[in-house]
Amino acid sequence: MAGEAARFTVEADGPAWRLALAGRWLTGHVAPVDAPLRSAKPDRGRPAVVDLTRVEAMDTAGAWLVHRSLREWRRAGFAAEMTGGSDAVRRLIDTVGRLDAKCPDPPPPVNALAAIIGRTGKSTITILNEAGALLSFLGVTLTALLSSLVRPRRIRLTALFFHLENTGLNALPIVGLISFLVGVVLAFQGADQLSRFGAEIFTVNLVGIGVLREMGVLLTAIIVAGRSGSAFTAQIGTMKVNEEVAAMQVMGLDPIDVLVMPRVIALMITLPLLTFYADLMGLAGGAVMATLVLDISVFQFIRQLNDAVPLSAYWVGLVKAPVFAFVIALVGCFEGLRVEGSAESVGTLTTRSVVESIFLVITLDAAFSVFFAVIGI
Amino acid sequence: MADVANVIQVSGLRTAFGPQVIHDDLALGVRPGEVMGIVGGSGTGKSVLLRTMIGLTRPAAGQVAVLGADVPRLRGRQLRQLQQRFGVLFQDGALFSSLTVAQNIMTPMKEHTKLPAALRRELVDVKINLVGLPLDAANKYPSELSGGMRKRAGLARALSLDPEIVFLDEPTAGLDPIGAAAFDSLIRDLQRALRLTVIMVTHDLDSLKAVCDRIAVLVDKRVRVGTLDELVRDEHPWIKSYFRGVRGEVAFAGGSRAGVN
Repeated sequence: MAGEAARFTVEADGPAWRLALAGRWLTGHVAPVDAPLRSAKPDRGRPAVVDLTRVEAMDTAGAWLVHRSLREWRRAGFAAEMTGGSDAVRRLIDTVGRLDAKCPDPPPPVNALAAIIGRTGKSTITILNEAGALLSFLGVTLTALLSSLVRPRRIRLTALFFHLENTGLNALPIVGLISFLVGVVLAFQGADQLSRFGAEIFTVNLVGIGVLREMGVLLTAIIVAGRSGSAFTAQIGTMKVNEEVAAMQVMGLDPIDVLVMPRVIALMITLPLLTFYADLMGLAGGAVMATLVLDISVFQFIRQLNDAVPLSAYWVGLVKAPVFAFVIALVGCFEGLRVEGSAESVGTLTTRSVVESIFLVITLDAAFSVFFAVIGI
Repeated sequence: MADVANVIQVSGLRTAFGPQVIHDDLALGVRPGEVMGIVGGSGTGKSVLLRTMIGLTRPAAGQVAVLGADVPRLRGRQLRQLQQRFGVLFQDGALFSSLTVAQNIMTPMKEHTKLPAALRRELVDVKINLVGLPLDAANKYPSELSGGMRKRAGLARALSLDPEIVFLDEPTAGLDPIGAAAFDSLIRDLQRALRLTVIMVTHDLDSLKAVCDRIAVLVDKRVRVGTLDELVRDEHPWIKSYFRGVRGEVAFAGGSRAGVN
């Protein structure tokens, strides 16, 4: 945007006090004249005249500046007029003048301490409310689950198999890779420490117990929460935004039956299977590392595993899987059904769903550990 | 039609998505200070044409000269500088949801001008009054506004830098008839007061009648441009059924809601 910047000159020696404008009075050009124009004041006893003759172009920003000056001078008791300028320019200034009304100022920021306290209280109440709602959803889901078990024909097989494939089969590569790598890491770190005591062979115990009891199931649950729990929320949430859920209800279909049940059941089937697979891959990772770094052959590894790791370690890991699966699917569906209105809330609730289900999974895992310690397994 | 002084001159435009050709050898000229309506059936590429003019979609071939610059050939800084001379109102306003209406309108000024804060604030007041928003809307967030008010706020933001051309994508879609008529007359008033060139994509027959000087109809991958009177007499089957179908008859019978002047 070439052209001359907005400028003005004051001619105070005539019968009137003249303010002569020149150049381009456009939004991009008026910044320098704002402050000088605010402080320009006509002389006492003489009328003020704004001369628009040499204005090359004007838009609402320029027109506003002219109008504002005229208004201020008139308020201060001067006679103020415009001369020159094209019809279009004068009309624009008139138009802007008619639109002169000040919007209310933005509310002042709240006191920081009060804001922190307010936010703490608000989120406490939110969390409590949400916990209550989740509990009542747990009840609804459990009831539906039990009645599905009594009358298996209520289960929607197509949806069930779709979710079995999506949450189970399609998760195999990522679950396998991560478990394998965790097995490798455990074996390597264990070997590094244990070799100081010449107890390298106990690396096998470490890998076996670690993977079977905790790592296999916990990592699988976390991956599935991130992968499938979030997908549940996003799918159901999008359906809510599109009013598909409402359409379903009007047709007499229960969203719990149609949307929630297949997902819950599918995840409760796939997560134990994935856990078993993750256990195998984790042990394989440990075995590979043991062979490479510790010169423990695969046969030695298996024999040591057999001697050192009781079968109960495997069951302790596996028994947690369906519980974690239920929690992940429950939270995923619950947050999905809470979506209201906009696409933005799908994003927010998907994030919340993942965080919540991982939090619950780890909390439950801790509770399981305490429980197994108490009963002595 | 190939006026030298045309603000927008599209020629030989070809747009294709994969094997599907949307526009083929399309030509369109827009004169300064006119309101050009773009209509067409679903999927004929009305919005695509609009997005091509503002540089969001790149065509497969052809020239799109806007304010003397060939938009598809501009890159980076040059394109952004040209885009500052446009105002665009997207469907439903496209306001930034984390900012208040006043902050939304102020955003382009903050980015592209050196205006002092106090003056920016005053200009925001002018724009809010210009589009007929209530004064207390300034500090509200987009989610607290009705659909009509969101569109007005979006228009205020589009006018933030006093653009030379304003592009409107379905400005009256989703408004009730009264709100739509009010928005139509707002567009007309602003266009006269600020001497804007306006390009609007619309489905609204009443808007076409009330606001547009000329209309470009997208048929057979090209446009037919004419005034409303000319197009009503056009014998192309789609144009005929559009302007002389039941809805067209009602809108153009004279008893329409269009409330300008």
